[in-house]
Amino acid sequence: MNARTIPLIPVTVDGRAVQAPAGQSLLHLARDLGIEIPHLCHSDGLRPDGNCRACVVEIEGERSLAPSCCRSVREGMVVHTDSPRARKSRAMVLEMLLADMPEQGHKWLDDQPEHPHGELSAWARREGVTVRPALAELRRPAPAPDMSHPAMAVQLDACIQCNRCQRACRELQVNDVIGMAHRGAHTQVVFDLNDPMGASSCVACGECVQACPTGALMPKTLLGPQSVDREVDSVCPFCGVGCLVTWQVRDERIVGVKGRAGPANEGRLCVKGRFGMDYVHSPDRLTRPLIRRDGVAKDVRHLSEPTDWREVFREASWEEALATATAPLQRLRAQHGPRSLAGFGSAKGSNEEAYLFQKLVRTGFGSHNVDHCTRLCHASSVAALLEGVGSGAVSNPVRDVAQAEFILVIGSNPTANHPVAATWIKNAVQRGARLVLADPRITELGRHAWRTLPFKPDTDVALLNALLHVIVEEGLCNEAFLQARADHVDDLREHLRDYSPERMAPICGIEASVLREVARAYATSPAAMILWGMGVSQHVHGTDNVRCLIALASLTGQIGRPGTGLHPLRGQNNVQGASDAGLIPMMLPNYQRVSDPQAREWFEQFWQTPLDERPGLTVVEVMQHALADEQDPDKIRGMYIMGENPAMSDPDLGHARAALASLQHLVVQDIFLTETAWLADVILPATAWPEKTGTVSNTDRMVQMGRRALNPPGQARSDLWIIQQMAQGLGLRWDYAGEDDGVAAIYEEMRQAMHGSIGGIDWARLQQGTVTYPCLSAEDPGQPIVFTNKFPTPNGRVQLVPAALIPADEQPDADYPLVLITGRQLEHWHTGSMTRRAPVLDALEPGPTVSLCGSDMRRMGLTAGQLVRLRSRRGEVQLQVRRDDGTPPGVVFMAFAYVEAAANLLTNPALDPVGKIPEFKFCAVRLDPVA
Amino acid sequence: MTDVTTARIPLAHVREHLAQGRRPRSDRRGRPLDDQATADVRALIGEPPPQGHRRDLLIEHLHRLQDHYHGLFERHLVALAAEMRLSTVEVYEVASFYHHFDILPDSAQAPALTVRVCDSLSCQLAGSAPLLAQLQQELGAEVRVIAAPCLGRCEQAPAAQIGQQALAHATVDKVRERVQTGQTAPLPLPQALGLAAYRAQGGYALWETLQRGERDPESVLKVLDEAGLRGLGGAGFPAGRKWRIVRAQAAPRLMAVNIDEGEPGTFKDRTLLEQDPHRFLEGMLIAAHVVGCEAVYIYLRDEYHEARGLLQQALADLQTMAGSALPRIELRRGAGAYICGEESAMIESIEGKRGMPRLRPPYIAEVGLFGRPTLEHNFETLYWVRELIEQGPEAFASQGRHGRRGMRRYSVSGRVREPGVKLAPAGITLRELVDEYCGGMADGHTLYAYLPGGASGGILPAHLADVPLDFDTLQAHGCFIGSAAVMVLSTQDRASDAALNVMRFFEHESCGQCTPCRVGTQKAAALMARAGWDRDTLQDLCEVMQDASICGLGQAAPNPVRSVLTHFAHELAPQAGQGSTP
Repeated sequence: MNARTIPLIPVTVDGRAVQAPAGQSLLHLARDLGIEIPHLCHSDGLRPDGNCRACVVEIEGERSLAPSCCRSVREGMVVHTDSPRARKSRAMVLEMLLADMPEQGHKWLDDQPEHPHGELSAWARREGVTVRPALAELRRPAPAPDMSHPAMAVQLDACIQCNRCQRACRELQVNDVIGMAHRGAHTQVVFDLNDPMGASSCVACGECVQACPTGALMPKTLLGPQSVDREVDSVCPFCGVGCLVTWQVRDERIVGVKGRAGPANEGRLCVKGRFGMDYVHSPDRLTRPLIRRDGVAKDVRHLSEPTDWREVFREASWEEALATATAPLQRLRAQHGPRSLAGFGSAKGSNEEAYLFQKLVRTGFGSHNVDHCTRLCHASSVAALLEGVGSGAVSNPVRDVAQAEFILVIGSNPTANHPVAATWIKNAVQRGARLVLADPRITELGRHAWRTLPFKPDTDVALLNALLHVIVEEGLCNEAFLQARADHVDDLREHLRDYSPERMAPICGIEASVLREVARAYATSPAAMILWGMGVSQHVHGTDNVRCLIALASLTGQIGRPGTGLHPLRGQNNVQGASDAGLIPMMLPNYQRVSDPQAREWFEQFWQTPLDERPGLTVVEVMQHALADEQDPDKIRGMYIMGENPAMSDPDLGHARAALASLQHLVVQDIFLTETAWLADVILPATAWPEKTGTVSNTDRMVQMGRRALNPPGQARSDLWIIQQMAQGLGLRWDYAGEDDGVAAIYEEMRQAMHGSIGGIDWARLQQGTVTYPCLSAEDPGQPIVFTNKFPTPNGRVQLVPAALIPADEQPDADYPLVLITGRQLEHWHTGSMTRRAPVLDALEPGPTVSLCGSDMRRMGLTAGQLVRLRSRRGEVQLQVRRDDGTPPGVVFMAFAYVEAAANLLTNPALDPVGKIPEFKFCAVRLDPVA
Repeated sequence: MTDVTTARIPLAHVREHLAQGRRPRSDRRGRPLDDQATADVRALIGEPPPQGHRRDLLIEHLHRLQDHYHGLFERHLVALAAEMRLSTVEVYEVASFYHHFDILPDSAQAPALTVRVCDSLSCQLAGSAPLLAQLQQELGAEVRVIAAPCLGRCEQAPAAQIGQQALAHATVDKVRERVQTGQTAPLPLPQALGLAAYRAQGGYALWETLQRGERDPESVLKVLDEAGLRGLGGAGFPAGRKWRIVRAQAAPRLMAVNIDEGEPGTFKDRTLLEQDPHRFLEGMLIAAHVVGCEAVYIYLRDEYHEARGLLQQALADLQTMAGSALPRIELRRGAGAYICGEESAMIESIEGKRGMPRLRPPYIAEVGLFGRPTLEHNFETLYWVRELIEQGPEAFASQGRHGRRGMRRYSVSGRVREPGVKLAPAGITLRELVDEYCGGMADGHTLYAYLPGGASGGILPAHLADVPLDFDTLQAHGCFIGSAAVMVLSTQDRASDAALNVMRFFEHESCGQCTPCRVGTQKAAALMARAGWDRDTLQDLCEVMQDASICGLGQAAPNPVRSVLTHFAHELAPQAGQGSTP
């Protein structure tokens, strides 16, 4: 791709005249020449530091030896890697380091305890270095091991002070927990104020254990012998960043996770991907199909009171369970019509599963009542983007922040929810980019921000319109761009007149001067990028919020180039792919509208089945229709839910759970007995991500391959197999041959259905590695940056839509004076069904808390850790207070992962009229101490 | 494989955890922020300015806390980090690097007073070890008595410091009296030349002519070249060449002045500063003008509390006098780290970081302070500038003995009758220096050996007392002159003891960055403390330290060991057998 050629420079290495690329380090040059020079503090991917001196070489004309990792080639340089001086020093460095190492090491080469210090032992063995008794006698005193962290062992007796862990923590992940404290021989790796790792601010990304060469920092699961039975390359199952991983399997358990050099992560991981895979081995896994016992009613109290599942369900064979699952669905369809059934697929499954599931609903149920959690996260973003730019996906990948000079992160807490994406943002800041964090809560990223805009909750449009006003008023529009590529510009300009920063400041709570400063900086930056999360989308005005962001990028022409554009950070690992595959009630695969007769016709042909003309119901609408009147022709009576947990994730859970309980027939396919499964008639035990093969699409539009590393437990079966069995039970005749239940054949069918985006990515190509779409032919390398010269709208131009101020549905008042914002936290995924069963994650965040700032706590007379009751008009929960000064006064924050204090019992189901997304980010609550 | 019949009830699983009393964290991760601690910090460093606190002022802020609370309480470090928008570990690692910062748990009681007793070579010769032991016994619990590496008062050995007050020729009685009477503040320096007096002697006239454009900067460079002035911090790089190199770099350029006079045996910079601060400042301004530096950072070692007060006053007077004509000048306090006398470590320290020497290239003349081209100079080099220009280069260059050119200031201490800073011709021999400038050897002492260049310059025997002392004259003997800190040993002393003393100093002062120095100084000191030296192992350690250390500290640390092995082998017991091959 890079046509620029790097000049070659003549140098001499060990008497050989060679040409080396300018800028290449001597260490790498030697490696290219087949000369392996020992090195410990150097690790590819980390900034070379040159502190261990194990790699010194002799350069003619220089008095002392030079670290080959830090010195780059110079014209005419004469280098001796094998001079006696250089050899002597290198051997001495290895011997000096070995002399201080403990007898019992922590990272054995393979299974050899006699080589116990990882890379140090490896080099010493290779160079034939041993420690003389005179130095062995002087071994330093060993510091006490620190086992305080649930996942990592800190045993600094094996530390060689190479500071790879520090660079990993501070320069790659920018978590800034590890430091090198004290000095001289007392130099010590510390966490925060020399705190035990488990008590420190460590976020357990594990980058340090991955970086440590000697085993001083180790995953507890891998102490000692390093050999494993197999390593399987796959992709992380948690968030939408799409980190590539290698799972290390020993005795049929995942004992280690290594970050792999994927395009989204370059080997980086977060605590969930690194230490959260244990959920697959949980004793809670469903291992046999279950059928509700006759006469046991669906009782939502089962979700809050101790109940033995055996009293509610009985085990069954697959044959019986599948028959029991499908027969009532067929009956309901026959009695009440296709629209009496609905299906929720999952953004946690593969593309192939999503495709097959929506095909089952559309062709087997006969309606478009199929949706998934995208409705709860970015539905409004997708609605606004489809309307404005013609595509719901991101315009630029996250890592484009490396090209950006200005980064706006709004309504997002990426250090918790997209941790590896956050590292790229923090790296950009380190490089000099200006970061603006606009969010009512000042989260971890705030420390790195050039400006923080902690605006009042619910005032996104006021804030954004003020920025837009400045851009128009101060003549900062990119007129050439607007003229060539945008529609309705004048309407927007006219509309923005009323939104001066001075008028909006009292509304949004950000000073006018700051609004002006930020608007100018964004507009005039050579490359400015916007990333947002659910703080933007989960409002009744979520679509309007995103319209404003589209306007921001369009007025300034900050789109269609590297380092610019619009990036809604997708939540689930495959929410992009599941949406692409058509797990949406108004869209067929690849966003072909159900209401478009041509599109429908194409699929009727393709699937050889007539399709309903009307779009289906969305997630929240399905719940409403479950409780509809008997006479309602669209009343939902039967459901098939795969891998979703609406009994935790929907707003106003009291209502949602009642709706699920009221269904005449509910089939749940999952890996755990989730809160939703408790309300099922039939439960089908499915596979966890490492137990299956399939593709997922990340937030950057990259299609990546997940590979089976484990067998499912007991009688649990692959999701693709189950969907196909369900289809058969519904009378569909499918035939997908091939291994892994025909996953390749399903993908290839999906590729035909989505030829407009992934036509060029066949199954074989995915085996080679990640491909970004749109990718239309085998020769197409994929397009990470889109909209470069036109938008995929009907006329190719961006459609600007003005947004007015719409208040949140439920404002605080005397009875409910506080605002509740819900969201996620680093350790727990979504409704917690997986992560709360992952021992490390559970240990790190064992229970629910409500966050308040210190000033509110003082005002209300609360102490940290105190038990309080939080109530809204819809429900109440009890939980502990956590102090977090980033939370604004008058606001409380809760994560929705905890069944014992389910945040969604409180939330308001009011919907955005366009995106149909509920207002998870704003409802009125009151807080009282529990006596 | 789990059998379903043994599977636990999923929801009960969660409740089980709660029943175990596993409580969620009640704060964000890490140490909680204490409101009172934040108020304490703000009272000392002020509210955060609109653009935030400057990162490079971290060490200055730590000094405020240390001075006020006699220690750094952890709660204050947490609060300071939050105020400066740093992570706690960034504050902790910096604070823990410098010996003058005492990190204390929140529950601890800070010592009311700290007494420091110098344990470097000259003071050790003068009996600092028994003094320290006695003081520790006698001064009671509320006074903390600790050993300190060279206080820069070797001519006053044994030197001590009570709080911030220096004490010459310390005795138990003198220390006790000052402790009891609360004399812990720096003493004034009334004999120093003030601004008015300096101006009356024609001071700042030269700088002003340059300012007004009446003198060509090139002519100044020419004087430096012709005089042959070399950097007097130890490395001896020609000053004129250095100015030209930095001057040729892209603006903005910065200047850094090194008064971190930490080499044991060296006290010339302090002596001159305490006499005539403006002469130095004028030299500094001339350099900044000629090289075109927009800001000057003066890094003064923390032990020089008296000199700091004087310099602060001098800078304030200068501001009043010249105001807008001046470049921005900032005075920074060291915090107890010899390594910060190394030019790149000093730059790191000025940036508010741990004093870790940088790898070179790039050289600081190209990429220095805050990434900018930087002119860094030792104090004395700048102190010479006015005189050289006024007297003409030949007046300087015509001095010297034994074929050497120029004048040098030798800090002489140890077993001589009149220790002190001696302005003498470059190339003078040790014998001449002692006899002509120091009143001969101290009573009852006969010359045995001497260290020509502080701790790092090696040790020479009496029979090499006629070698000229200057740059480039001692290499043949495995030594160097460095900052011309001459420490004289007598037949009552042992060179191997002196070598152990300085090796322990290096061990104490190693920054710990590179393996050869971090491990080498420690292992060497341990081996040297034994009756018989393991010469092979020491040789091996010396080799790797010299060849593979990052900076001069580690590279020079072997010099005293090698000197002993070369010139004083008779002191050592027969080679210890253990572990080494004959």
